[in-house]
Amino acid sequence: MSVFEIFGFALRGVAANKLRSGLTVLGILIGVAAVILLVAVGNGSAKQVEDSLAALGTNTLTVQGGRGGDTGYRTDLTLDIVKALQDRESAPDVKSVSPVVSSSQTLTFGDASYDVNSVIGTYPSYFSASNSVVASGSGFTEEDVDQAARVVVLGPTTAEELFGTVDPVGQRIGIAGQIYSVIGVLAKKGSTGFNDPDDVAIAPLPAVQRSLTGYGPVSSITVEAVNADAVAAAKAEITAILNAKMHVADGASSTPYQIRDASQLLETRTATAETFTVLLGAVAGISLVVGGIGITNIMMVSVTERTREIGIRKALGAPRRVILTQFLIEATLLSLAGGGLGVAAALIGANFEIVGIKPVVMPDSVVLALGVCVAIGLFFGSYPASRAAGLRPIDALRYE
Amino acid sequence: MTAPGREQRPVLEVVDLVKTYGEGETAVHALAGVSLTVAPGDYVAIMGSSGSGKSTLMNILGCLDVPTSGTYRLDGVDVSELNESQLALVRNRRIGFVFQSFNLIARTSALANVELPLAYAGIKPAVRRERALAALDMVGLANRADHDPNQLSGGQQQRVAVARALVSQPALLLADEPTGNLDSRSTKDVLSILDGLNAQGRTIVLITHEDEVAAHAHRTIRLVDGLIVSDVRRRDIAPVEVPA
Ligand SMILES: Nc1ncnc2c1ncn2[C@@H]1O[C@H](COP(=O)(O)OP(=O)(O)OP(=O)(O)O)[C@@H](O)[C@H]1O
Ligand SMILES: [Mg+2]
Repeated sequence: MSVFEIFGFALRGVAANKLRSGLTVLGILIGVAAVILLVAVGNGSAKQVEDSLAALGTNTLTVQGGRGGDTGYRTDLTLDIVKALQDRESAPDVKSVSPVVSSSQTLTFGDASYDVNSVIGTYPSYFSASNSVVASGSGFTEEDVDQAARVVVLGPTTAEELFGTVDPVGQRIGIAGQIYSVIGVLAKKGSTGFNDPDDVAIAPLPAVQRSLTGYGPVSSITVEAVNADAVAAAKAEITAILNAKMHVADGASSTPYQIRDASQLLETRTATAETFTVLLGAVAGISLVVGGIGITNIMMVSVTERTREIGIRKALGAPRRVILTQFLIEATLLSLAGGGLGVAAALIGANFEIVGIKPVVMPDSVVLALGVCVAIGLFFGSYPASRAAGLRPIDALRYE
Repeated sequence: MTAPGREQRPVLEVVDLVKTYGEGETAVHALAGVSLTVAPGDYVAIMGSSGSGKSTLMNILGCLDVPTSGTYRLDGVDVSELNESQLALVRNRRIGFVFQSFNLIARTSALANVELPLAYAGIKPAVRRERALAALDMVGLANRADHDPNQLSGGQQQRVAVARALVSQPALLLADEPTGNLDSRSTKDVLSILDGLNAQGRTIVLITHEDEVAAHAHRTIRLVDGLIVSDVRRRDIAPVEVPA
């Protein structure tokens, strides 16, 4: 008998009991899809955290403060402190220092108005420190800062809300009654989940101070280290300078300022996300086992019927090899159909957000899920058959 | 008197066949030493009360089971010396077996069931379809070829089983109570098929509880507790009818 004909037998065997075949395929499908999707959700959440933190800039430190700490001295973040931090000698690992003031304002353009999340007044170095890329038009310059020029760069969300389809570059908008020229629009960063980093308007520090916040202390200072490895050194240097400026005693238990370290944040978040992935992997492992037991079960349940069938086939003179080949092909067909549909279901499912997370399919999990489920299907599909094929026909016929 | 040249090598020859199920005190001696010779073209009925070992003997004759001791020669070949694949070949080419309980493959059409032995013999699909249809026609079920077993009556299923046993044109037909589940009409149908096959020279061994059925055979063997107690020949082996 040719393999081709045995294949035909196997096809008929699969088609003969549609419910049994359907359940087998479904069992494998669910096992495979569950594993791939669960791991993809875990992976997706890890990626999301990673991306959003990378968007904040991993080389940057943010100094916040001016509050608390009773040193008896002024502890506000002033431009004087900014100057001190810019000193190459005492802070060699610092690439740039950008003071930041921000306030919530209403922007107007013609009849349109929009409440922007924050109008930021800062230095040009802020763009690189905060990973803000100018997509169209240009950023402002040191000169604009010196002249307190009323120019503004809009975040993409802000630009779209205010201008719609009109090109914002070159337009004039009102911010708290002052006229600003829009000179650039930033590239999209995407949501971090907490707030929208694209909902900003960035202008030269003195312009914002003059028209909006006044010349008081700045709300924070963004410090960019020369590279990611220098962040710790830069932090130490800043700490020393700030302690000196604010007269913080050596070994003081609290400081009137805080330095937020984006890379540290990134590490902890990534670690959390990885734990999440491992946890989901464990859940996936369990679902793999449960799915596997389901597959085993449905395969074993059909054994009695199949054993009798094998007895009949043997009594009619079927060679053992032919029987084994038929049942192996049947098991392969069902396992591959279930596995293939499972992968397809998982890939389709991965296009949707699941509990607010965009799943990212890991190729490893596809291979693992497919491998394990198909192996289980193959083994439990063909092992009982091979056992039955080894019986004497009369024993197979009497099997209960 | 047998016709000259017909007293050839026996088809079946069993010597001192013993089959014991279980061990020790609970052992059941289903066959306690059966010796039997069946010549080609013979038509044998095996009778005996329930549990006398008829099916046990039949299963061994059909190479579906092996005896505990004793020898079984089929066409002069000691079956115990055949390996697995040779046995498969013997079951496929030499023997047609009709089970008491039909044993058709479920959810598979009558035609596909009848085609099975031919498929395992490696016969091409077109040829085997033709032959299977001819066999179904012979048992009067050509119009039921596409029906699954559960769409057929008991008698029809039995006739499909007969068609399946004779489709490969085996020299030896073994039937375990082929009419046990049938009404008198179906019984007649099946028996006339068997009579016709015997008239063509096939050797037939059948098990039955009914004297009317046994009356069709040339020879009746009675089993009691795994031993042959009588072996009566009523008719000589008929000369082969040459179909006109
Ligand atoms: N697989 C088995 N295990 C144990 N004992 C068995 C087995 N098969 C048959 N027997 C016993 O062997 C004896 C002969 O059984 P067998 O099936 O040959 O009887 P039978 O003559 O065909 O009866 P019936 O007319 O009822 O079909 C019985 O006593 C039965 O209980
Ligand atoms: Mg019986």
